Amino acid sequence: MTDHKPAIRAFLTQFFATDTLGDEDDFFAIGLVNSLFVMQLVLFVENQLGAAVDDEDLERANFASISAIDALVRRKSSVQAAT
Amino acid sequence: MATRVGLTAAQDAARRGFEEFARTRIAPFADEWDRESALPEEFITEFAERGHLGGAIPTEHGGAGLDETTLGLLCEETGRACSSVRSLITVHGMVSRAVARWGSTGQREHWLPRLARGATIGAFALSEPGAGSDVKALAATARRDGDGFVLTGEKRWTTFGQRADLFLLFARLDDRETAFLVPADSAGLTVRPVESVLGTRASMLGELSLVECRVPGAALLGRPGFGLVAVAADALELGRYTVAWGCVGLLQACLDATLAHAENRETFGARLRDHQLVQRMIADMATAASAARLLCQQAGLLREAGDQQGVHATWMAKYFASTSAFKAAADAVQAHGAQGCAGDHPVQRYLRDAKVMEIIEGATELQQTTIADTAYQARAMAAAGKGAGA
Repeated sequence: MTDHKPAIRAFLTQFFATDTLGDEDDFFAIGLVNSLFVMQLVLFVENQLGAAVDDEDLERANFASISAIDALVRRKSSVQAAT
Repeated sequence: MATRVGLTAAQDAARRGFEEFARTRIAPFADEWDRESALPEEFITEFAERGHLGGAIPTEHGGAGLDETTLGLLCEETGRACSSVRSLITVHGMVSRAVARWGSTGQREHWLPRLARGATIGAFALSEPGAGSDVKALAATARRDGDGFVLTGEKRWTTFGQRADLFLLFARLDDRETAFLVPADSAGLTVRPVESVLGTRASMLGELSLVECRVPGAALLGRPGFGLVAVAADALELGRYTVAWGCVGLLQACLDATLAHAENRETFGARLRDHQLVQRMIADMATAASAARLLCQQAGLLREAGDQQGVHATWMAKYFASTSAFKAAADAVQAHGAQGCAGDHPVQRYLRDAKVMEIIEGATELQQTTIADTAYQARAMAAAGKGAGA
């Protein structure tokens, strides 16, 4: 299965330095994001990673870290592949 | 006639239809509506019957499902005639888009057909006495009560608040920003008209008071905590996009009016159009209209593609179009002299409306700081070798 972490890290580079950001680090908790970040992140996940984000996916836990986003995309991809 | 590039035949045909309707059914009445501070109910019905309120709603829910460029053209031609009518497209579209994007199946099936045909008029209730551009200062609260919620707080500057049937309203639930769909007839919700506003006077602004306003559980839109960063942010993006296009229309209207006046008016033995300082005004208006139109088209193409760059392209389009519209309107009034200051002349309405455009959906200063941040983001991407460069 595709490892999305490098692409996610590249996307995050626009918003803050990712050199010291761990895959599990919560960038909401660290306070690294601005007001437009979530919307652009959703667009990125949908259009670059190919996972449609639904209302029920809108949980902070799904978007708070590189690993969480990667897990969301894998989960959505497996559901899409099964349908 | 304005220079246009890259429109499909269908988009061009749609634009012509929007232009004809706006020229014949909106522009002749816009000053009267401005003076009366309201849009007539018959007009709203006619506008809805043409499908213009369903532009942002997918066809499977009864909407027109316009592509982003065509929706923009609707806003341009409507805004050229009347910014208040364009404001109706904006706020109604923001509510519609939010329900379509974040609503449950039940919410979509219930609200979207009604919004599409104008049986329900939507309005966006975010601003508060202490929370305008600073939306994080949101103070309205919601608490759970059985299977529903109880809302308390005050909302200000709600465009079409006097007329809306449904409010997309934001409040803190467990201290998390949350979106709710609140019918206007909810017990505990009262709406007061805002009078004597500077511009877009026919946009029927309202102030909302929520006193123990109970709504059912189905009023919750999206997830708690994502009311601002997802639901409001996404809706405001559409708002900015439609305002930007409306400002292109305002620019064009200023140019149209100034061209006609300068052609006919004589001073010091020459037509105004032959005075070089007036030519400077006309040149700036014409150039700004073209540039703003292109920025809007760029934003539309990116939005249509779902490209994240569409977010910043929209901010840039709105910033340029709104500031240019105000400058053009000020020049249009100046070129018209005393006539332009008269209460029955459209250019004074353009000037008042254009100032409002610099404040709504993100004030000019907020646009400037955000666009500057974006320039640094592009630089960071370029430095990382991951992007197209600054």
